[in-house]
Amino acid sequence: MADAGEPEGPERKDDIVKAKQEGKELTKEEKQRLRKEKKQQKKSKEKKDDKPSRDSEKEKKPASAASPAPQTPTQPPAQKAPSAAPAPVPVPASETPSAADKPAKSKAELKAERRARQEAERASKGKKGDVGPQAAPGKPKAPPSELQPVVKRLPEHVQVDNPEVLKKLAKKLERQQTPEYNAATKIPLRSDYGYKVSLFSHLHQYSRKAPLTQQLGIPSTVIHPAIVRLGLQYSQGIVAGSNARSVALLHAFKQVIRDYTTPPNEELSRDLVNRLKPYISFLNQCRPLSASMGNAIKYIKKEISNIPSQCKEEEAKRKLLNCIDCYINEKIVLAAKAIAKYSIEKISDGDVILVYGCSSLVNHILCEAFEKNRKFRVIVVDSRPRLEGREALRRLVQKGINCTYVLISAVSYILPEVSKVFLGAHALLANGYVMSRVGTSQIALVAKAFNVPVLVCCETYKFCERVQTDSFVSNELDDPDDLIVTRTGTTQLEHWQEVPSLGLLNLVYDVTPPDFVDLVITDLGMIPCTSVPVVLRVKNVDQ
Amino acid sequence: MELQAVLMAAGGGSRMTDLTYNTPKAMLPVGNKPLMWYPLNLLERMGFEEVIVITTKEVQKMMSTDPKMKLDVKMKLDVVCIQEDGDMGTADALRHIQQKIKTDILVVSCDLITDVALHEVVDLFRAHNATLAMLMSKAHEFTETVPGQKGKKKTAEQRDFVGVDQSGKRLLFMANEADLEDGLSIRKSIMRKHPRMHIKTGLVDAHLYCLKKAVVDFLADNKSISSIRGELVPYLVRKQFSKTTNCPKIKDDAEDQNQKKNDGSTNHELLISSRDEPLLQLAQDRSCWNDHRGDMSEAYHGGKLRCYVHIMDEGPCYRVNTLAAYIEANRLAPKLFEEVPVHPSAVISERCQMGSDSYIGAMCQIADKTSIKRSTIGNSTTVKEKVKVANSIIMHGVTIEEGCNIQGSVICSNAVIGRGADLKYCLVGNGQQIEPEAERTNEVIVGADQLMEI
Repeated sequence: MADAGEPEGPERKDDIVKAKQEGKELTKEEKQRLRKEKKQQKKSKEKKDDKPSRDSEKEKKPASAASPAPQTPTQPPAQKAPSAAPAPVPVPASETPSAADKPAKSKAELKAERRARQEAERASKGKKGDVGPQAAPGKPKAPPSELQPVVKRLPEHVQVDNPEVLKKLAKKLERQQTPEYNAATKIPLRSDYGYKVSLFSHLHQYSRKAPLTQQLGIPSTVIHPAIVRLGLQYSQGIVAGSNARSVALLHAFKQVIRDYTTPPNEELSRDLVNRLKPYISFLNQCRPLSASMGNAIKYIKKEISNIPSQCKEEEAKRKLLNCIDCYINEKIVLAAKAIAKYSIEKISDGDVILVYGCSSLVNHILCEAFEKNRKFRVIVVDSRPRLEGREALRRLVQKGINCTYVLISAVSYILPEVSKVFLGAHALLANGYVMSRVGTSQIALVAKAFNVPVLVCCETYKFCERVQTDSFVSNELDDPDDLIVTRTGTTQLEHWQEVPSLGLLNLVYDVTPPDFVDLVITDLGMIPCTSVPVVLRVKNVDQ
Repeated sequence: MELQAVLMAAGGGSRMTDLTYNTPKAMLPVGNKPLMWYPLNLLERMGFEEVIVITTKEVQKMMSTDPKMKLDVKMKLDVVCIQEDGDMGTADALRHIQQKIKTDILVVSCDLITDVALHEVVDLFRAHNATLAMLMSKAHEFTETVPGQKGKKKTAEQRDFVGVDQSGKRLLFMANEADLEDGLSIRKSIMRKHPRMHIKTGLVDAHLYCLKKAVVDFLADNKSISSIRGELVPYLVRKQFSKTTNCPKIKDDAEDQNQKKNDGSTNHELLISSRDEPLLQLAQDRSCWNDHRGDMSEAYHGGKLRCYVHIMDEGPCYRVNTLAAYIEANRLAPKLFEEVPVHPSAVISERCQMGSDSYIGAMCQIADKTSIKRSTIGNSTTVKEKVKVANSIIMHGVTIEEGCNIQGSVICSNAVIGRGADLKYCLVGNGQQIEPEAERTNEVIVGADQLMEI
C-alpha cells in the first residue's frame, strides 16, 4: 500500500515537471494537485506510524485523482494556450487508468489495513481516543474528518459500542443529582439487553421487562413522580406516537412546575432549568427522545430562562403554565386543524386513500374529511410487530369510513387501486428526508413506482435541524422480544438468545428520501420536501 | 412525594388466639425478629424513609423496648395509636389518619413476609394511573404439622374468587365465597368488555395495596366501609364497570358540592386524577395504544377507575395469620434474610449438636449434650443438658430443663418445661409450666384465663 502510493507521486510529479520544463504555465488544477501533494507528504512524514492517516491519504488520492478527471473536460475549453491543452489531457489520461485501478486496489487494501488496524487496537487497548471512534464500524464520517484539524464529535447516543462513551454517560448521570437531595441518589443507567445486530450495535437496545424503575427507590424522591409515571408509560408503549408523547411530556412538566419551589438564594430561571435536566436524562433512558419532544424541551427551556429575575415565583409559574398551554394549543391542536383544512382540498370524491400505521394527524384529517361529506375509502396498511394499523382501523371504522386492511407485504398488490397515499411523520429533517415509522419508505417507494402521489402531513414543530440520509446512523431499537410470537401453542423463537448466530432486530424508524414525497402539508401551507430548511430558517428568525 | 406508607399493626390475630392472647400479633417472634420487622424491612429496602404505623399502645410500648426494632429500622416511624377494643377495621383506621395523608398511599399489613420486587405493583399503579393496585400470590401448601390440629386439615376456609383479564394484570372480579349465596354471578357489562376472564381461587391476598389519595377522601365521606379487604376492594372492583364511571363528565368542584348527596357524584371524587385532565385526555387520544383489541372502544373502555393486581408466581409470600402459616414462616423467613444462625451473645457449649437450620437468639444458654435441629430458639432462653429439640419454635425467656424431648412444638414466651418432659406437636402457651416427666402429644396447653376468651 505504501509502495503503491509513492510511485504515483513521482509519476505525477514527472508529468508536472514535464509541463514545467515545457515552459507552460501550470494549470490551476495542477497547482492544486501540487499543493495537495506537498501537504500529504508533510503529513506522511509527521505521522509515519499512524496508519489511519495513510488510509485517508489513499482514499483522498483516488478521490483527488478522480476529481481532476471531471474537471479536465471543462478546463481545456477554458484555456486558450494550446500547448497547455496537451499537457493536462495526457495527465488525466494517464491518471484515470491509474485512478481507475487505484480504487480497486486501494479498497481491498483499505479493508485489509482497517482489519489489521482494528486487531492492533484490540491488542493494545486504551490508546488515544481518536483512534477508537475511527475503528468502530459504520462510521462513514471518520476518515474525511481526520484531514481537518478538528475531529467531529458524534452524538453519544450513537456510540453505544464505545466503552469510553458509556463510562462518560454513567458519570454524567451520576453528576446529575437533583440539588435538594445530597444523598448518593443518582439516575440509574439502563443496561442493554440481548445480542445486537452488528450494524446497529452503536444504538441502545432495552428490554421492556427490565424497567428503569427497578433501580429507583419506590417513593421516588430523586425524580418527580409525574416524570417517573411518564417514563414508565413511554417504556411500556402506553403513550406512543409523536404528538401524544409531546403532549404527555408537557403535561408532566406542568405538574413539575406546579410543585416547584425556588430554593433560597437561587433564581427560578436558572434553577428550574437545572432541575429539569435530570428528568430529561431519565426520560431519555426510558425511551430515546423524539424530535418533537426535543423541540418542546428547547422551547420550555427558552421560556424559563427568559423569565425576568424580578418576577415573583407565583407569577412566573403562572406564566410558564400559560406558555405551555399556548404551545400545545398552537402547535398541536390548531396546527392539526389547519392541516386538515389544507388536506381536505386534496381529497376528492371517489378517492382511495392509503394510510400506514396509526398517525394521529392522518386519522384526524380523514375523520374531518368524512365529516365534511367527502366520499372516499381508506386502505390501512399495517406491519408487525407493532400492528398499530389496527388502532387506526378501529378509529376510522368507528367514524363510519369504509376501510380495507392489509399487511405491508400486500402493498404492491393493492396499490393499483390507490389514488393517494397519506403518510404521517415523526420528524422532517433539514435535508428534506422524512423520518417516520419503519415501513414508510417502503410504501413511498412502491407508490412512486406506481405513480401514486405521496403526501406527508407534518406539523412544523416536528421539523428538526438534523441531517440524515440513511436509517442506520441514528435510529431506535425496540425490545427484540416483541418479535417473538406464539402460534398454536409453540413459540419458535423462545430461546433465541442461545443460538449464537441469531440476532433479532426490531427497528422503529426509517427515513424516506424527498424524491419519493410529492407534497408536505404543514400548518404553514403545502410545501415541497426541499423547503424544510427554509421553514427552519424562518422559524429561527422569528424566535 | 409520591407514596406514603401505612403499616396496619393493630390486628388482633383472631385466627391464632393461642399465640396472641398475651403477645400482640405484630410482635410475635419469627426467626427471632418481631413480625412487624419484616414489612418494615421490605419498605426500607425499597427506599421508603417514613412510615405511618397504626397500632395499639401495647405494641408501641413493646416496639420501643425491642432492640431489633430500634437498631435495624432506620426509617422514621410515625406511630398512631388506636383503641384495641374498639372494632376498628382497616378502612376505619385510614379514616382516622386522613389528615396525615397528603398523597397516594401504600397500605401494608404487619403480618406480610415477602421479598417481592415492589416496583412490579407500584409500576402498575403508576403506568395505568390506577386507583388500586394490589399484590397476590399463589398459595403455598403448608407442609409442617400444626400442633393442636385434630384430624386432617379442614377444607379451605372461605375461598376468594379473583377474576383477571387475559393479560393477568387487570382485576375484573373479586368476591369471597361467604358473600356468594346462590352462585357466582358476573355482570354482562364485564363480559362484553372483557370476554376472556380467568377466575382463580388458589390465591393468597398479600394485603398490600396502593391506593389513590382520592380513595382516602372518599372513605372519609362514606363511613359505612370499615374493612379494606372485605369491603373497599370489592367495591372499587365493582365500580370499574358501573354506568356512571363510563360517562366522563368532569364537572367543576363547585357543582360537585351541590350534588354530594347524589350517589353518582361520589364517583367524581374517585375519578378526578389531575388538574390537567383535558391534557391527559388529549395525550391518550393521540396515542396509538390500546389495552385490548377486538371491539370498538378506546383504551380502558373509557373507564377512569381501574384496578390492577400483580400475581406473584414464585418467591415467598406469607401472611402470618394462622398457626400453620406462623410455623411455615419461622421455617423460611430466616433463610430469606440470611440470618446469622447463632447470635454472637449466645453461650453455646462445645458438645452441643446444632443443625445448620437452627437459629439461636441473643443471650441464650445452651448446655452440653443437647441436640437442636431445624428449630428457632428465642432470646434469653435457657436450655439445659441432654435436651433434644427438633422442628420446634421456642420463643423468648423459656427455660427447658434437662432431658426434655421437644418435637414439632411451639413454646411461647416465658414458659418453663420441667425436666424429662416429652412434647410432641404441642403448643405451650405463654408463661405456662409443664410438669416434669409429662408426655403430651398434639395438645394445646394454655392457661385457664385464656380459655375464657371467645
